[in-house]
Amino acid sequence: MSTPGSGGTPDLSAPGDRPASDPGLPPPSGDRRSRVLGGGRREGSRSVTIAVVSTVVFFTVAAILIVRSPGWAQIKQLFFNGEEFRESFPDILSKFGRNVFIFCTAEVLVLLLALLLAVMRSLPGPVFAPLRVLAAAYTDLFRAIPTILVIALLGFGMPALQLQGVPDSDVFWAIIALTLVYSAYVAEVYRAGIDSIHPSQVAAARSLGLSRGQAMRSVVLPQAIRRVIPPLLNDFIGLQKDSALVAFLGYTEALRQAQIITAADFNFTPYVALALIYIVITIPQARFVDWLVARDRRRREAGGVA
Amino acid sequence: VDFSDSYYDVNQALVSVKGSSIEGATSFADLSEARLGAPIGTTSYDYIIDNIQPNVEPAVYDDLNGAVQDLKSGSLDGIVVDLPTAFFITAVQIPKGVIVGQFPTVGQQEYFALAFAKGGSLVPCVDAALGALKADGTLASIQQEWLSDKASAPVISS
Repeated sequence: MSTPGSGGTPDLSAPGDRPASDPGLPPPSGDRRSRVLGGGRREGSRSVTIAVVSTVVFFTVAAILIVRSPGWAQIKQLFFNGEEFRESFPDILSKFGRNVFIFCTAEVLVLLLALLLAVMRSLPGPVFAPLRVLAAAYTDLFRAIPTILVIALLGFGMPALQLQGVPDSDVFWAIIALTLVYSAYVAEVYRAGIDSIHPSQVAAARSLGLSRGQAMRSVVLPQAIRRVIPPLLNDFIGLQKDSALVAFLGYTEALRQAQIITAADFNFTPYVALALIYIVITIPQARFVDWLVARDRRRREAGGVA
Repeated sequence: VDFSDSYYDVNQALVSVKGSSIEGATSFADLSEARLGAPIGTTSYDYIIDNIQPNVEPAVYDDLNGAVQDLKSGSLDGIVVDLPTAFFITAVQIPKGVIVGQFPTVGQQEYFALAFAKGGSLVPCVDAALGALKADGTLASIQQEWLSDKASAPVISS
């Protein structure tokens, strides 16, 4: 995510304080709804009916064609095997708890480290140049390296040093690696939010007697973070999925558990079962963020806190 | 796939490093607190789960290299592999590596064979050749020459 005004100095030529004009940020106005079923801007009830009927017919025909196709029995046996599903699902679900621990711990660390990086990068003035350079270099570095490479480097590499006090736990190094990589992404998301707050807000806060730090903490960050909640969820979901990379280190989390069963039974249903778990946990998060954004918008439009 | 007859009957073996807590293990009980590793989808992994049944969860790797790396770095106490692979690991990959012992066969004897496409016409030819090699002692002398240490790897009893 890129924004105008990189390098910490606020871009004074940025458009006014209307967030709607910032690309990649949630539209704040209430009249933009996604239109999936309706065909036009002002569709009547008739066109809605047609849309529903045509959708139902289309998917029914597609389902019949799939189920009656010659390979379907084999696909069902190999991917959607009821017995295999019942046998593997409890094992996979219980190992998924390990993923939950990994990505929740990492997410907390990511949100903190990334905020630190974003604030560092937004510091004004020549004195803070080294911090800005450091934050930029960190982002460049860890966004460039594939996540699995960082996990392998730390997870296999650090224990190989055999230094006193260096842990050899796969989970420990996986959390560190995921935190390092995702902080780089999330720092940029934060920075986009910070840059989207118009400089006049800082000027106003300063004229009221707030220090730069106070203005950042009480005026800029609360608004900035609220604006970037949807892209933050993006990265959190990415992190959840990448928690499966710990399997590479020999750790039995949900993906590795599914692989073990698949390797023994030569059936891919355990993979489908795990995919289902990921889908089921992701959708409620998306709805929750939608709700957060809508609630925030309602409050703002009611003239509450900005 | 179809398989030829056996050309080598194989046991699982335990590889560790000098100075490890399981270097002198002689029974499954000695391995109950050991952190063992094996590649995924192998009979070695099955052997840990089905027979050794350690209290510590075994590590499961994409391939043997991950297990070897973790044994080298001390994250693992031991790796379970086929005995011939154990010779390779201790001779080439891990200078400090030792073969703690070989495991008794439980259930069906494991063996090495050649794999062919289902219904491959070469299977009878290969079986005939293997039969001849067994009959005149060639196979036994090859095994004796290259895998003779098999006798010297003590058996870890259950």
